[in-house]
Amino acid sequence: MSDVPSMNVDELQAALADGATSVDVTRAYLDRIAAADGELGAYLHVDPEAALARAAEMDSAGTRGTGLTGIPIALKDVVVTEGVPTTSGSKILEGWKPPYDATVAARLKAAGTVLLGKTNMDEFAMGSSTENSAYGVTRNPWDPQRIPGGSSGGSSAAVAGGLAPWAIGTDTGGSIRQPAALTGLVGHKPTYGSVSRYGLIAFSSSLDQAGPMARTVLDAALLHEAIGGYDPLDSTSIDAPLPVLAEAARRGAEGSLAGLRVGVVRELGGEGHADGYEDGVLTSFGAAVARLEAMGAEVREISCPAFDLALAAYYLIAPSEASSNLARFDGVRYGLRVGDDGARDLDEVMALTREQGFGPEVKRRIILGTYALSSGYYEAYYGQAQKVRTLISRDFSAAWDGRNGDGVDVLVSPTTPTVAFPLGARVDDPIAMYAADLCTLPASLAGVPAISVPCGLSEGLPVGFQIMAPALADDRCYRVAAALEAALTDERGDRGFLDQLAARAATTEGAA
Amino acid sequence: MSTLSRKGQLSRDEVAHLAHLARLAVTDEELDLFADQLAAVLDAVAQVGKAAVEDVPPTTHAVPMTNVVRPDVARPSLPRDVVLAGAPAAEDGRFRVPRILQEEA
Repeated sequence: MSDVPSMNVDELQAALADGATSVDVTRAYLDRIAAADGELGAYLHVDPEAALARAAEMDSAGTRGTGLTGIPIALKDVVVTEGVPTTSGSKILEGWKPPYDATVAARLKAAGTVLLGKTNMDEFAMGSSTENSAYGVTRNPWDPQRIPGGSSGGSSAAVAGGLAPWAIGTDTGGSIRQPAALTGLVGHKPTYGSVSRYGLIAFSSSLDQAGPMARTVLDAALLHEAIGGYDPLDSTSIDAPLPVLAEAARRGAEGSLAGLRVGVVRELGGEGHADGYEDGVLTSFGAAVARLEAMGAEVREISCPAFDLALAAYYLIAPSEASSNLARFDGVRYGLRVGDDGARDLDEVMALTREQGFGPEVKRRIILGTYALSSGYYEAYYGQAQKVRTLISRDFSAAWDGRNGDGVDVLVSPTTPTVAFPLGARVDDPIAMYAADLCTLPASLAGVPAISVPCGLSEGLPVGFQIMAPALADDRCYRVAAALEAALTDERGDRGFLDQLAARAATTEGAA
Repeated sequence: MSTLSRKGQLSRDEVAHLAHLARLAVTDEELDLFADQLAAVLDAVAQVGKAAVEDVPPTTHAVPMTNVVRPDVARPSLPRDVVLAGAPAAEDGRFRVPRILQEEA
């Protein structure tokens, strides 16, 4: 089954229902991993024997050929998996095998999926390029000299490169949407609280959400339905039914957006706010907006003034929460311990362990967070950032409610200001790196759902289109994204956005 | 905190103090690097001070939160040997910790 790695999950489901085996499907991905991951570096851990054994088990299960039974998947290494090494991209957890499954992992297991492996990521999900991993860089399948985005860059590279049919990512300030945008995938950050955080190694607890990264909007919706919903093990989990997502994607693909009210956010690439945005990105974004209009949507510009402060607020709130969350890595209960020679006391051992176990970006953020939370500075930094967070939520509310009934149903923007940048271009400049999250931060801070769907190419590299919706209206993101995806696929006359990557690879090989 | 200077600045000594508070045994090279980088980051995040926030309540959480309780029913814990298997050092069925008392305490 050599064409397996280019199949969408709904096509894999049809093949399995038709008699194909999960062992053959799984082997096709393992072959692809063996051939391509040496260059891409998407995975931190792959256990082919375990994957094939699990696939064989699913082939003999009573649920064979139904639902997600036998469908392979990759998990970002921030997701705790029982008995399977989990590092969160950090040396401090090298070799750790967790004693339990995260809810996301447990639900995917219960659904019958086959774990291919754990994917690379910026250490503790802190980064926008996956260059902060302690285990080496991951390359973008569209151009191996460029970053795959981050922090879920192993997941984005794996799916775009055909090394997994889909993958789980996590998003704190854009870590699903930005890598999805830079590799031509669909990536969705669910409403905060709608996917369980139990068993995700915590970075910034009030922002972290797990979500799907996939080849198509429908695939992303199917994966989201498999992981979402109330979980008593997460005290911030929302006890409400998940909206119907796959059906929203199918309906959206029918093409009509009549009556949909779309707001284009001025502060995210609009007039007077285009500094740092590439022309090619803005052109592609503008064409997609025009296409929504052509499908019947009513489009107008919306101003969300507090979005200008989202980056500043985020880089106070997230490091503050991280400095507290990462205190658990003390060299006592799990992971690395350094310098325990009997002469050094606990404090020294802890400081040496954390010095050796954490990379530079993690240290920078712990120091910044410690500062922002310290007495005398708390109000000016952390307290002020939390108030700005309120202002950002109010901008969203004002957009949905409008004045005199002129509210909008969704807000849209580019997903990132630029296409994938070259490896190394921003590693020494934290501020430049942080700017990659400019467009994704407001939805994170307000806890609202947001999806990135590919809307075109600029300089031969993918551009992402972001659709944000009110809390718990994730189905709107899927509906609008599916409509745009279907229109663009029709126009190109292919099976999906990633066909362009396959065509490009074929051309390159032909030329070589 | 007397060891920290006015906001918007972060000296090498202050970074060293913060690193100590966070139990990070940073090197001299790191202190030089981080002091420069964090000064730039601090300039950027200080933008939050521009916002007019009189009478604006802080948001700690995007979802309105109330106390969350579960039924007061005992559930099985992970087996002790399974938990200790992940520890850097264990002894007699417990986590072994580094020395916590000073010689002359």
